[in-house]
Amino acid sequence: MSTKGKVKGIIANLVIVEAYGPVSQNEICFISTGSTQLMAEVIKINGQNAYVQVFESTRGVKIDYDVDFAGHLLEVTLGPGILSKNYDGLQNDLDKMDGVFLKRGEYTHPLDPGKKWKFKPLAKAGDVVEAASWLGQVDENGMPHKIMVPFTFKGNYTVKSVVEAGEYTIEDTIAVLLNADKKEVKVTMTQKWPVKMAITAFREKPRPFKLLETGVRTIDTLNPIVEGGTGFIPGPFGAGKTVLQHAISKQAEADIVIVAACGERANEVVEIFTEFPELEDIRTGRKLMERTTIIANTSNMPVAAREASVYTAMTLGEYYRSMGLKVLMLADSTSRWAQALREMSNRLEELPGPDAFPMDLPAIISNFYARAGFVYLKNGETGSITFIGTVSPAGGNLKEPVTESTKKAARCFYALAQQRADSKRYPAVDPIDSYSKYLEYPEFEEYVEEKISDTWISMVNHSKTILLRGKETYEQINILGDDGVPVGYHVTYWKSEVIDFVILQQDAFDAIDQSTPIERQQYMLEHVLRLCDADFSFESFTEVDGYFKRIINLYKQMNYSEFNSEKFNKFEKELQEVLQERIVA
Amino acid sequence: MSSKAFQKIYTKITQITKATCSLKASGIGYDELAVVNGKLAQVVKIIGDTVTLQVFGGTEGIPTNAEVTFLGKSPTIKVSEDLAGRFFNAFGEPIDGGPAVEGEEREIGGPSVNPVRRKQPSELVATGIAGIDLNNTLVSGQKIPFFADPDQPFNQVMAMVALRAKTDKIILGGMGLTNDDYLFYKNVFDNAGALDRIISFVNTTDDPPVERLLVPDMALTAAEYFAVDKNETVLVLLTDMTLFADALSIVSNRMDQIPSKDSMPGSLYSDLAKIYEKAVQFPSGGSITIIAVTTLSGGDITHAIPDNTGYITEGQLFLRRDSDIGKVIVDPFRSLSRLKQLVIGKKTREDHPNVMNTAVRLYADAANAKTKMENGFDLTDYDQRSLDFAKDYSEKLLAIDVNIEIDQMLNTGWELFSKHFRKEEVGIKQELMDKYWKEN
Ligand SMILES: Nc1ncnc2c1ncn2[C@@H]1O[C@H](COP(=O)(O)OP(=O)(O)OP(=O)(O)O)[C@@H](O)[C@H]1O
Ligand SMILES: [Mg+2]
Repeated sequence: MSTKGKVKGIIANLVIVEAYGPVSQNEICFISTGSTQLMAEVIKINGQNAYVQVFESTRGVKIDYDVDFAGHLLEVTLGPGILSKNYDGLQNDLDKMDGVFLKRGEYTHPLDPGKKWKFKPLAKAGDVVEAASWLGQVDENGMPHKIMVPFTFKGNYTVKSVVEAGEYTIEDTIAVLLNADKKEVKVTMTQKWPVKMAITAFREKPRPFKLLETGVRTIDTLNPIVEGGTGFIPGPFGAGKTVLQHAISKQAEADIVIVAACGERANEVVEIFTEFPELEDIRTGRKLMERTTIIANTSNMPVAAREASVYTAMTLGEYYRSMGLKVLMLADSTSRWAQALREMSNRLEELPGPDAFPMDLPAIISNFYARAGFVYLKNGETGSITFIGTVSPAGGNLKEPVTESTKKAARCFYALAQQRADSKRYPAVDPIDSYSKYLEYPEFEEYVEEKISDTWISMVNHSKTILLRGKETYEQINILGDDGVPVGYHVTYWKSEVIDFVILQQDAFDAIDQSTPIERQQYMLEHVLRLCDADFSFESFTEVDGYFKRIINLYKQMNYSEFNSEKFNKFEKELQEVLQERIVA
Repeated sequence: MSSKAFQKIYTKITQITKATCSLKASGIGYDELAVVNGKLAQVVKIIGDTVTLQVFGGTEGIPTNAEVTFLGKSPTIKVSEDLAGRFFNAFGEPIDGGPAVEGEEREIGGPSVNPVRRKQPSELVATGIAGIDLNNTLVSGQKIPFFADPDQPFNQVMAMVALRAKTDKIILGGMGLTNDDYLFYKNVFDNAGALDRIISFVNTTDDPPVERLLVPDMALTAAEYFAVDKNETVLVLLTDMTLFADALSIVSNRMDQIPSKDSMPGSLYSDLAKIYEKAVQFPSGGSITIIAVTTLSGGDITHAIPDNTGYITEGQLFLRRDSDIGKVIVDPFRSLSRLKQLVIGKKTREDHPNVMNTAVRLYADAANAKTKMENGFDLTDYDQRSLDFAKDYSEKLLAIDVNIEIDQMLNTGWELFSKHFRKEEVGIKQELMDKYWKEN
């Protein structure tokens, strides 16, 4: 028998429920308003009172309304059919809802119960299995979707039977297992899992080390992220967080992309709806949308569901990781999730931490980032979740709780600078302040030596030094005046500008420039560094600007041309000629 | 909904603050409206049998034995074609002497549009102002504020934009509007013969500040009626959202909420987003475009109100007085329309993106030259020419009194390029240079 209760207080979306039986923290309950049921989650218990956050508007809710506790936590439904779906933060399928407006209390099935999937068994009678063991596989938009022993199963089971290859719905029994007491347990293609708990059915989680190509030069070349790595992108409004994340989602070498639009603009989600079904994934020839799942909890959707949305997304990611797939998860913006926490903590009258955020914000953020990672599954295969979140610091000031907490949790820091955005130096990732801790991992170094070249890391560090020196020199030129410094200062500064314009800046809206494969990045970096290491002769500083602007222009034309095409080669040749004018042999 | 015949009258208020009062009552719904001593109020908190009401007109003069009745519904507006041409207060009551509007009664602040039912905005909204159309092109379904200091002529620019944008309806949501500005809008719309497609919800400085919390939802519920039910294009003007946010902070502070930055409620982002996200393009052709005003204090955009607004809206328009030409211009550096790439070069001439970027870049060169000059360094010939260009550019394109077609803006751009620069200095793609460069 599930616990019942009655509404005893309402403050916006916080409702106080008197419970007539046991309830657990984070348990789901439903408030009856007569015609509809409003879903809510227990966030605090005090005596008989459960404080619940309602995932809907509480308009019209009255004292003494009936409440039914569901006996389970907030959970997602897992199974084939998740890819290319558009969900809200609670995994309701938005496309299944009627009408233009979202209706309160309308909950739709996340999967397609009637749909038949082509099933192929992977396990056979007699196999000993445990949670997350692969029993079979279906083809989900070209992805090998593994049907697994439910994650909630404890201990070992023996396979009694697996159905033969054929077409089945998610609710058909596809295997029968025997538990330790030889009792039969049926397994279907679908299972549920509570979102706030990590799925840990893997053998080990080593430090990640494989470069994850994103096609974004300022990331791949300068501050690379890895398969199973974590990163975050803080920046003031309009600095380019969303554009950068969208670029990564389109280009990164991932099997599955999960985008959590968490408290941001609906039009940005519409952009994905509109573009992804058209865009092609070069590696599979399929449409991008087929490997993508969108969790849309935009800023005008209920605040409590916003907090749930990132957990929903992460759990879906963990599900696909358990299949041995490379998952890329993006959340825009994690600050909105933190703000949702702040709103509730405020209503609960908890003792506030800095900027009125809850005291345990750093712990919440780091627990969440810790769910990403590269894993060895129990069958020896690997899987990963790479997670990149954006942060929207109040007033663009990075000294605020969400940025600071995230900095402790994430290993890559891509700081967007207002000044770069203002001068249209996109992507506005600040090359000096940003970092990737993975560059310091010996296992990463070993990996890229093999994959790119054994001088790669030293080249990357060298370009960072040139950028830093360029910045310092620029400051001195500004203080002392153009003619108050030796001509060489101008050359030093302009060499760093070449790296900035040619490697760092990248046009997200140009068909060719928007994505650069690593071989091409290597080619261009080597090219540019040869220039930076060369000596040039100038009579006076007045000759320097114009000359380097010509060089930059030619490099940019190369960036806009197909790699190694006739056009590309033509500009490269022209560039060589210009270089010969002033290079000192 | 409870029937009026059995309406219970309560007469025992137990607590009164500046904006709220509390009493014991039962059977009350959250968000429900009430009348306290003749003033409209709304339920903001219920704990057991204690109900807290936010009194829109303020609690001055309310006695503990005041009559309180509950209306059994949250705030509503009656929608029909008859709204057109009318002026209302924050409660949706006529203030133009006309009769009350009949129509379907709808709750304001209703649910959000399902994101999968939206269409990506793609229709250009032309205003004739080059600082907007050329550099920060507006698109229907967009939401964008003017960030302006209180002394800048944002109301004039908004009225101009509203009249030139070819939309079916214009809905004005005035919050803390001075009476003079209210009359200004009325006159401008009247003189333009546009009154029949304009609907206004106005809270003036004479009205209690808390009332203005209802204005955006009133305006947007009316907008949704025309955009969804009638498939019309609707432009909603909200001025001044800073005063709206100030009213939010008054209420939340009275409710003992812990304020976050700049004494604003922690929910400011969500509160503002709920309003701005009503901007939408529907596949059926109906749309809601929101142009708002957020006044700044001393140009500070890091204050919580403009900061949260910037994180919500799709760009912002900055007005600035250019002392070189003595006119107000749309600042090309700090202004941004994030949806412009959906239309420029697609719905407008192919050279639009290049002309726009090049002009702004050259204008930036002029700004650098100016700094150099102010720091006492010598100017090069290029510096001098860029300064001359900047002046022309300001005068002929950025000034808000410019009113021309977009093609003409582009032609003007090319004229200024060739007047002040050499071909290689503008750095535009060869194909476009061949086609549009004007030899002089
Ligand atoms: N790589 C890029 N190339 C060209 N333009 C860009 C690039 N990145 C950003 N922009 C420009 O900046 C605008 C704002 O970018 P974006 O929406 O990503 O900002 P944001 O940081 O997500 O802002 P917010 O915090 O308000 O969501 C874009 O609409 C586009 O005009
Ligand atoms: Mg964004």
